[in-house]
Amino acid sequence: MHRIRTISDLEELRQSILAKRDPEKVVIGVCCTTGCQARRSGKVIDAFENEIREKGLQDKVEIKKTGCHGFCEMGPIVVVEPTNSFYCRVGTKDVTDIVSETALKDKVIDRLLWKHPATKEAVVSQNDIPFYKKQKKVVSHNSGRIDPTNIEDYIAVGGYSALAKGLTAMTPAGVVETVVASGIRGRGGGGFPTGIKWRICSSAPGDTKYIIANGDEGDPGAYMDRSLMEGDPHSIIEGMIIGGFAIGAREGIIYVRDEYPIAIQHLSMAIKQAEEYGLLGHDILGTGFDFTIRISRGGGAFVCGEETALIISIEGKSGTPRARPPYPAIEGLWGNPTVLNNVETFANIPKIVLNGAPWYSDMGTAGSKGTKIFSLVGKAKNTGLVEVKMGTTLREIIFDIGGGIRKSKRFKAVQTGGPSGGCIPISKIDMPVDYDSLRDAGAIMGSGGMIVMDETSCMVDVARYFIHFLMFESCGKCVPCREGLKQMHEILKNICEGRGQRGDIELLSDLAGVMTTASLCALGGTAPNPVLSTIRYFRDEYEAHIFEKRCPAGVCKNLFEYVINQERCNGCTLCRLRCPQEAIFGEKKKPHVIDPQRCIKCGICYSICKREAIRVK
Amino acid sequence: MDLKKVDSILEKHGYRHSEVIGIMQDLQEIENYLPQEMLRYVSGKLELNLTRIFDIATFYKCFSLVPRGRHIIRVCCGTACHLGGAARNLEQVKRLLNVEEGETTEDLTFSLETVNCLGACALAPVTVVGKDYYDAVHPGKIEKILSKYYPESKRLPDAQD
Amino acid sequence: MKVAIIIDGQMVQIDRGAPIIDAARKAGIFIPTLCYHEALKAYGSCRLCMVEVIQNKQSRLVTSCNFPVEGGMEVFTDTPRVRKIRRVIVELLLARCPDVPLIQTLARQMGIDFSRFKKKEEKQCILCGLCVRFCEEVVGVGAIGLANRGTEREVATPFRVASDVCIGCGSCTYICPTGCIEMVPDEETPKLRRMNLGKLSLSPCPNNYQCETCSIEQEFFEDIKRVIADFRNRHKKPSF
Repeated sequence: MHRIRTISDLEELRQSILAKRDPEKVVIGVCCTTGCQARRSGKVIDAFENEIREKGLQDKVEIKKTGCHGFCEMGPIVVVEPTNSFYCRVGTKDVTDIVSETALKDKVIDRLLWKHPATKEAVVSQNDIPFYKKQKKVVSHNSGRIDPTNIEDYIAVGGYSALAKGLTAMTPAGVVETVVASGIRGRGGGGFPTGIKWRICSSAPGDTKYIIANGDEGDPGAYMDRSLMEGDPHSIIEGMIIGGFAIGAREGIIYVRDEYPIAIQHLSMAIKQAEEYGLLGHDILGTGFDFTIRISRGGGAFVCGEETALIISIEGKSGTPRARPPYPAIEGLWGNPTVLNNVETFANIPKIVLNGAPWYSDMGTAGSKGTKIFSLVGKAKNTGLVEVKMGTTLREIIFDIGGGIRKSKRFKAVQTGGPSGGCIPISKIDMPVDYDSLRDAGAIMGSGGMIVMDETSCMVDVARYFIHFLMFESCGKCVPCREGLKQMHEILKNICEGRGQRGDIELLSDLAGVMTTASLCALGGTAPNPVLSTIRYFRDEYEAHIFEKRCPAGVCKNLFEYVINQERCNGCTLCRLRCPQEAIFGEKKKPHVIDPQRCIKCGICYSICKREAIRVK
Repeated sequence: MDLKKVDSILEKHGYRHSEVIGIMQDLQEIENYLPQEMLRYVSGKLELNLTRIFDIATFYKCFSLVPRGRHIIRVCCGTACHLGGAARNLEQVKRLLNVEEGETTEDLTFSLETVNCLGACALAPVTVVGKDYYDAVHPGKIEKILSKYYPESKRLPDAQD
Repeated sequence: MKVAIIIDGQMVQIDRGAPIIDAARKAGIFIPTLCYHEALKAYGSCRLCMVEVIQNKQSRLVTSCNFPVEGGMEVFTDTPRVRKIRRVIVELLLARCPDVPLIQTLARQMGIDFSRFKKKEEKQCILCGLCVRFCEEVVGVGAIGLANRGTEREVATPFRVASDVCIGCGSCTYICPTGCIEMVPDEETPKLRRMNLGKLSLSPCPNNYQCETCSIEQEFFEDIKRVIADFRNRHKKPSF
């Protein structure tokens, strides 16, 4: 163990780590974060380790557990250096081949490479895949390259040198002003300028101050924070220490969602290692600055992403937001000045301190600087995490990076910002993505969820989905949010079930207006956004549900029927055998029919039919 | 109730009121739920009002005040999973097991829960049973998935592969 | 430090940082409230007391029960925006508790004949939290609390069974604005009465609810008077 006491210690350690590395050794990197683990990457790692042991290749090949590459849909992802072969959907059966062919003979295995869907052309290197071409990886740069459970891997790529620079070559005020000048805005949702928040907190009276990292990523459909905490935990820790130095805090807390066990594990390991190496704790780098970090586990409550609720939760109570002012930067945890930023914001800080504010503010648009990670999911062909410069257009993200829509369906909308956000229609596809454009379009940046919807997504159902989500995630304290959501859900449910009435749209808009202005916290204040944005852009769908009792997308159960296309059905009987209601009739090898009286629309036939003969009417 | 385990958890957290949520998370690992007598005991030991503990236990979704089954089924209902048909999957689980959300089957094999997002959105729709993740789930797959958790002799009533 | 603000055209001198509602009361202006009580910390949950504030030439809607007064501030308590918010809030409450006289009266005062929202279930509790906060902050017992979240938020005793710390003081019954916490006769022990919170019971009165002759009762009221006075002194600077 190397306890780092000075800056030269840090540089010496870095050189010695690099010197220890055998340039001849082949490194096989296997992603071990949630997405790939869900696809059994743990077993792939075991298989690799067995293979290496059995063949006695310990000196020639190294297996490295890495963080997320972003292209989660293609997981488990394995990258073999030095050929830089990017292998997708690797299973245990592929392990022997990868070791004997790629690792030992530098031969790329064609069947494991990503193939262009149109040309079927195989692509070897990650950077040549269209999914990665338009990305600009700054914050997520290390993720997928380093072993997140090994601090030396982070130090080897220059980790903690921003901390060294900040603590020795800069003053606290200098750090604050650098962050102000970089123009970075909070990555958690609100988009408040980070530097200004730091400036307010650093000048707030009080000897005890706190730094809190918000890792309570509650937006359904967004997982960049999880990926960072799992794949590059030290960058968050480094950002927090720098933040603590800047505002004069000696204690930091990372609040992590309970649903993210691997993130908690990797962060705990990272904190322990940073303490052992002398980068956390007493007299950091011999500068006399003390800073500690601990983890606080969330309990599964979306509202705890709201800053006042999060602070109350850390204090050990149920997370109900309180009124602001006073703002946490003045009166936060235990009544002390507190800086609370998203984990992605903290991960940006070392890059800003190291490369300078002008480098950072050169990227992005007038009001939104730097890069942002989005989780591009839903009906896009390529799904996963993408990091782009602020101001990249929706079209570039969805069509160039995301490869367009699956199964040659038509693009309908993209939902950004989670339950506080909105749905943006095709007419705005060339809009640059930044805080202000998104807000003007009726959505928000939020934490960066980007859910692509096609013609099979019903926009009324999407609005109902978010309101239903919020009904149970609101803390239930204030009347407009609690009672408003209940009534909003009632109206939307009626519309989706065919009981919509004239005047419903107007009543929804009226209620939404009051919820926006009268709710206690941002959860209630932004809760109507999914409803308002869908009414704004997809009013025709609401009207089809209300007046024609029809769900054009075939989602709302009462408003459509499953029918069997008589020309496509070949009478394989699969649907008939699996139908739990015995609602499907027909003879073998002859087209079948569905009895609408018996059908409960469970969707089994629709999902199992191999000929896509079952249609929505 | 294993008082030794409970006491050692309280000890570990230094009896601090601010760590009551963490304490309760650790306590829940003992029996997979929070028995009433355990919380009453802890309230006394911590000298912390029971109303606050009850508020926390019912406010945060990770806590359960009733016993749960051996395998917890968590159907992800995040946005990406919803668009992928999570609601149909949830209904199919309910139909097969004859339980509602938050309930446990009579034989204590399964508890059914929904989760708002597991952060595995690129694999949507996702369902987790215990620690096993299942991606791209559709209603036709559910029966097969669940039958894995029954002993051979005791498959679902009309399970068929 | 005293500052001057203008509220509905009237100039009011008041301590800086005091809640707007204090300034309004000083000027004799009525602002409707449901969750506000001067003996308790501001809670800000009913949102009925919203007013429009102009500060630094910017207009915003805030709750007057907890928004601190600053010098030069201009407040309007009865603008069209304020009226609309109050109206929708009362409509929402009317849908929640159609039979509660207090809500019916509020609706009548605002000229609301019916709620545009559907009555879901007929509740009596409006979740103002007065009982819970009084029990905790003033009585110092904490026998009742809040449970669940979202639309299922409710007032409850731990595990929804009779509280073992309730002293039967009856404060919750006195302070409840909708009358949903009652003292009802106990069938098992006919001489006692229980405090009923929906289906939940709190402790029986140790003095058989002979209020007129009860020393506890008398002391209790003395206590409350003292506590309220103390509370006001301690919280000259309002806490949020």
